[in-house]
Amino acid sequence: MSTVAPPPTDAVDPLEQDDEAVAIARQRASEGRRAERRLGLMLCAPAVVVMLAVAAYPILYALWLSLFRADLRTPDENEFVGLSNYVTVLSSPIWWQAFGITMFITVIGAAAELVLGMLLALVMHRTLIGRGLVRTSALVPYAIVTVVAAFSWRFAWTQGIGWLAGDSAPLTDRWPSIWIIILAEVWKTVPFMALLLMAGLALVPEDLLKAASMDGASAWQRFWRVTVPLIKPSILVALLFRTLDAFRIFDNIFVLTNGANGTSSVSMLAYNNLIKGLSLGIGSTMAVLIFITTAIIAFVFVRLFGAAAPGGSEKR
Amino acid sequence: MSAVTVTPQRRIGWGVVNAVVLLYAFVPVVWIISLSLKGDDTLNDGSYLPMNPTGEAYSQIFGNSDFLRALVNSIGICVIATAVALVLATMAAYAIARLEFPGKRAIVATSLLISMFPQIALVTPLFKIETAIGIFDTWPGLILPYITFALPLGIYTLSAFFREIPWELEKAAQMDGATPYQAFRRVIAPLALPGVFTTAILVFIACWNDFLFAISLTSTNAARTVPAAMSYFTGATTFEKPTAAIAAAAVVITIPIVLFVLFFQRRIVAGLTSGAVKG
Repeated sequence: MSTVAPPPTDAVDPLEQDDEAVAIARQRASEGRRAERRLGLMLCAPAVVVMLAVAAYPILYALWLSLFRADLRTPDENEFVGLSNYVTVLSSPIWWQAFGITMFITVIGAAAELVLGMLLALVMHRTLIGRGLVRTSALVPYAIVTVVAAFSWRFAWTQGIGWLAGDSAPLTDRWPSIWIIILAEVWKTVPFMALLLMAGLALVPEDLLKAASMDGASAWQRFWRVTVPLIKPSILVALLFRTLDAFRIFDNIFVLTNGANGTSSVSMLAYNNLIKGLSLGIGSTMAVLIFITTAIIAFVFVRLFGAAAPGGSEKR
Repeated sequence: MSAVTVTPQRRIGWGVVNAVVLLYAFVPVVWIISLSLKGDDTLNDGSYLPMNPTGEAYSQIFGNSDFLRALVNSIGICVIATAVALVLATMAAYAIARLEFPGKRAIVATSLLISMFPQIALVTPLFKIETAIGIFDTWPGLILPYITFALPLGIYTLSAFFREIPWELEKAAQMDGATPYQAFRRVIAPLALPGVFTTAILVFIACWNDFLFAISLTSTNAARTVPAAMSYFTGATTFEKPTAAIAAAAVVITIPIVLFVLFFQRRIVAGLTSGAVKG
C-alpha cells in the first residue's frame, strides 16, 4: 500500500540516459497501472459498500433470522429452532398454492410478453409510417407507475363503475382475477420486452434478409430461419429479465385482489406474514426460499440456455 | 428504406397496425383520466368517457394534507435517491468502462445479482434492521433501499454509454493546448452528459414506481410515498368510495412522468437497450 515513488533524479549521466529513461518509463508504467488499479477500486468502493450493506447483509441476516422463532408479538420467546421454520413453510399448502400461482403467472405472463413483445418490436422496427409516434406511445405503459395501472384495471372491472365490468364482478372470482392480474402485468411490461427485442432486430443485417428473400424464403421462413437465430441472445436476456421480474410480482396483486380468493403470490404471502402476522422468522424463511428460487431460475437460464448477462461480459 | 416504394395499401395496412399500438398504449390511461374527471353523479354510469367532466376530485386531493404530504415525500425521496445513486454509479461506471483493476468482474456480477434480487427478500430483514436503528418510517429508510436497487441499473446503463465515448478526444484536446480541466469540461462532459441524463430519468422512474418498500417500510405519512398512500385513501365520508380521488392522484403522479418520457423518447430507448445489446 505504501509505495512511495523515489525522488526524481535530476543529474543523469548523458551516456546512461537511455537505459535510465527506459527504466524510468517502465517504473512509471507500472506505477501508472498501480495508480489505475487504486483509482478503479476507489471509484467503485462507495457503490459496492452501499450494495453490500443494503442488500447482501440483509439477506444474510434473513438467513440467520429464518433459524429462529422470531415473532414481534412475543419478543421474549425468541429461540433457535433450527430448520423448523423451513419445515413449517414447506409443508404449508398456503405456501405451495402461492408458489403455484406465482409460477403460473410467471410462465404464462413471460410467454405472452415474448409473443406480444416480438410483434410490437417488429412493428416498431418495420413500420413505414409514423415510426416516431409508435415508438413514443409504446413507452407509455413503461412510464406509468404499476400501482396506477393496476388501479385503472381494477376500476375498469369493478361492478357498477367500470367500462369493462357491466354487471359482472370478475375480481371476486379466482380464475378471472388471475387472468386480469396477468393482463395487467403483460400490458405494463410488453413495451420493455419489445425495446430489448428491437435492439436485437437492429443488428440483423438487411442484406441477409434480402438474400433469403431472393432464394425464395417466405416472410415466415425469413423470420424463423434468419431473424430468430440471430437475435437469440436478445430474446434470452429479455426473457431472463422478465421471468425474474414476474416472479416477484406484488404491486398488481396487492391492488387488484389483495391476495383474496387464492390469488396471493409468494411476495404477497411474505409481506402479509411480516406486516399482518409480524412473524419475522417465517417471513425470513419465505424471503430465503424466494431468493433461492430466483437464483435457480437465473442459473437455469444462464447455464441451460446460455443467456449472457447483459454488460457482464464485455469481451465477447 | 428509401428504395421501398410505399404503396397506398401498405400505407393503410401500417396505419391500422399503428392504430392498434396506440389503442393498446392509451386505453387504460385515458380510462383513469376519464374516471378522475367524473363527478358523483356519473361515477357509476360505467361509461368510458366522462359525460359531465368536473375537477372535483382534483380539488379534493389537493385539499387533502395526506396526499400533499405523500407527494412531497415521493418527490423528495426519489430526487435524493436518484442524485446519490447517480453520483455513485457514475464513479463506478467510469472505472468499469475505462480502467483495468482486479475485482471488476466481481463488481459487475454483484450488481447484476442485485438487479435480479427479489425485493421482498430484503423487506423482512430491512424492516427489522430499520426498526432497530431507528430509520423505519423515515426518508432515509426508503432512500437507502432505493439507492441500492438504482445502482445496478445506473452502473449498467452508464458503463454502456461511457464505453461509446471516444476518450482519445481528451488527449487530442490536451495536445491542442487544452488543460486537463478544459479537455474534460469542453470535450468529455458534453459527450457524457446525455448518458448521465438518460440514466437519471431511468433511475428516477424506477424509484417513482416503487410500491413494495414504500408500503412495508413506512407506517405513517412521515415517509409514505404516493403509490403507497393511494391505497390508504378514504372518501369524504366512510361510506363514500374514494374512486375518483384515487384516479385523480393516479393521474397527478403519472402525467409528468409520461410527458417526460414522451419528450425524451429517443434517449430513453437508447438507455433501456444499451445494456442488452452489449450482451
